[in-house]
Amino acid sequence: MRVKNKIKETGTAEAVSSIYKRMLTIRRFEERVKQLYRGGEIYGAIHLYIGQEAIAVGVCDALEDSDFVFSTHRGHGHYLAKTGDVSGAMAELMGRATGCSKGHGGSMHMFDPLKGFMGGNGIVGGGIPLALGAAFAAKYKGTNAVSVSFFGEGASNQGTFHESLNLAALKKLPLIAVCENNRYAATTPVKASTADEDMAKRAAGYNVQALTVDGNDVEDVSQAIHKALSHVRAGKGPFLLDCKTYRVEPHCGIIADTRPDEELAIWRTPEKDPLNRLQSQHPDLLTDKQVAHLELEVNRELDQAVDFARQSPYPRVEQFTEEFIR
Amino acid sequence: MKSMTYIEAMNEALAEEMERDPSVFIIGEDVDVDGGVWKETQGLAERFGLERVIGTPISESAFTGLAAGAAMCGLRPVLEFMYMDFVDVAMDQLCNQIAKLPLMSGGKVKMPITIRMCGTGTGTREAAQHSQSLEAWFAHIPGFKVVMPATAKDAKGLLKSAIRDDSPVVFIENRNIYYKKELVPEGEFTVPIGEAEVVQAGSDVTVVTVGYSRSKVIAAIEKIGDACSVELIDAKTVDPLDMKTFLDSLAKTGRILIVQEAHTECGIGSEIVRRVVAEGFDLLDCPPVVIGSKNCPTPFSPVLEDAVIPSINEIMGKIMLLKQYKI
Ligand SMILES: Cc1ncc(C[n+]2csc(CCOP(=O)(O)OP(=O)(O)O)c2C)c(N)n1
Repeated sequence: MRVKNKIKETGTAEAVSSIYKRMLTIRRFEERVKQLYRGGEIYGAIHLYIGQEAIAVGVCDALEDSDFVFSTHRGHGHYLAKTGDVSGAMAELMGRATGCSKGHGGSMHMFDPLKGFMGGNGIVGGGIPLALGAAFAAKYKGTNAVSVSFFGEGASNQGTFHESLNLAALKKLPLIAVCENNRYAATTPVKASTADEDMAKRAAGYNVQALTVDGNDVEDVSQAIHKALSHVRAGKGPFLLDCKTYRVEPHCGIIADTRPDEELAIWRTPEKDPLNRLQSQHPDLLTDKQVAHLELEVNRELDQAVDFARQSPYPRVEQFTEEFIR
Repeated sequence: MKSMTYIEAMNEALAEEMERDPSVFIIGEDVDVDGGVWKETQGLAERFGLERVIGTPISESAFTGLAAGAAMCGLRPVLEFMYMDFVDVAMDQLCNQIAKLPLMSGGKVKMPITIRMCGTGTGTREAAQHSQSLEAWFAHIPGFKVVMPATAKDAKGLLKSAIRDDSPVVFIENRNIYYKKELVPEGEFTVPIGEAEVVQAGSDVTVVTVGYSRSKVIAAIEKIGDACSVELIDAKTVDPLDMKTFLDSLAKTGRILIVQEAHTECGIGSEIVRRVVAEGFDLLDCPPVVIGSKNCPTPFSPVLEDAVIPSINEIMGKIMLLKQYKI
């Protein structure tokens, strides 16, 4: 069962363990992906989400299936948090017909529109205007849906970010812009790319309300997204969350890490880790025993997903040809 | 000759041109950190300073315009897109500004920009937004020259020519051959823009390759062996086309195949066919043939990607079909 939201207020064992489990699923999923990539079963450009789980889970936990999420190149976590579909994601990464995009898209292009997951994106900043469009459609149709755009601080230097924020504010569209400032865009540190990394200031420039969030603390994310949702659902226009976090893994499969060891070490401590963080906030609700139990469950589900993907057929060329080649 | 990779050859070209001409500078994402994601600028920031090797935010439109404005004022930028696909974001600056300013200014403004399209290619399972060969876009817009080196030697020689050229040159690289060692002449040399190369002489069928397809055609020719005498021509420059070299070959063979990685529709192959028909109709013994990627965005799954990009088997088949065509 999906237990909704407001872990801080409800604070129930069920809510906390559900959130924990979803973050753990993303963590272990990504670790498997890394292994399978090394073993040659997964290929292409793979950007891992490890360390940022609190943002995807905190945000998506507060959303309905009817709300929209537009993701990025680093989208596995967003996909899992919004849809819960571990098998479809794994099969997609292995290029199988049972993948969530039928094996056509791969890591950067997972889709599940029925659950409001409107796709990853290979173009940095490319998804923000699409999210704007979904927000427009929601308002146009008079539904109460919101549209969430995830993007990195790197993407905030694209024109699409600025143009979309302005347009959303102008038309009072239900857009929630979620910046995941993980301090690097590929090898470029935020200081070298972004004149002022305080996204709340950029938002203010377009008359958009914003909150600065500790992106490694799922409770903080959860509180912020609920504030954003009440603002946006009340028709008051867009909202921006500036989530501070860190990319613990290298940028992408092929690129060597150039970051200083001391810096990496700080972000690899238990205090920074979003999973440990939640457990330490609720030691009574998340005992070591319960965590061990969740580990078992998650690993079992992932074993099943990997088996499912391995046993799935590849897409059929004839069918693809008929459907897509003009 | 010395052995080096395509990436090392470009690195050497960049270093030599920066040494030779202080107005040359490099601008693009991550170029200043540890040689960029492809390692082509390795050591250049240390050697020439961060004033001349400029890392940028992910703001393709703005840094392309920056290069254009700087070129108008006498600098010689080498602009880099991490993948060719990302150039889409900067198309106004490229096509409405860079390509047109020299003419619109009555020739008073020059645009000596080299626009490096890194990481172009297919077959590495990077899906639809990281697999496009967009040379035809730039060949279509008057104002650009477009080169597509397929060897380490041409990468170095054409890059040096591009940097010295007073027009904007779109320089399209290929990731599939970035790290393969090849022999490159030592010392100073350039490769002229606008000249194709007869890589192998033959008498049955002319095969013109565009960019990376050269490697696939060489593999196909090896497999065909004595069954067909192929004249292999690497186009090298796709705008302006070296029609003379193609037509001279066609005069011997009467049959021509063009192989490109880009989608077949409205590609460079189509343009070569148009000009072959217009300028060499009497030389043709049979209809010209173009092989390219199928007309769909490039899918991720290996089975699908392999089915839509040109394959060695498909190339062999078409070469033999042309040879066997009865007049
Ligand atoms: C338009 C465009 N330019 C460049 C790239 C190459 N690229 C892919 S991810 C990335 C860094 C993105 O940084 P950020 O937006 O902060 O997201 P993060 O990777 O940190 O999650 C770059 C430069 C791209 N995919 N699209």
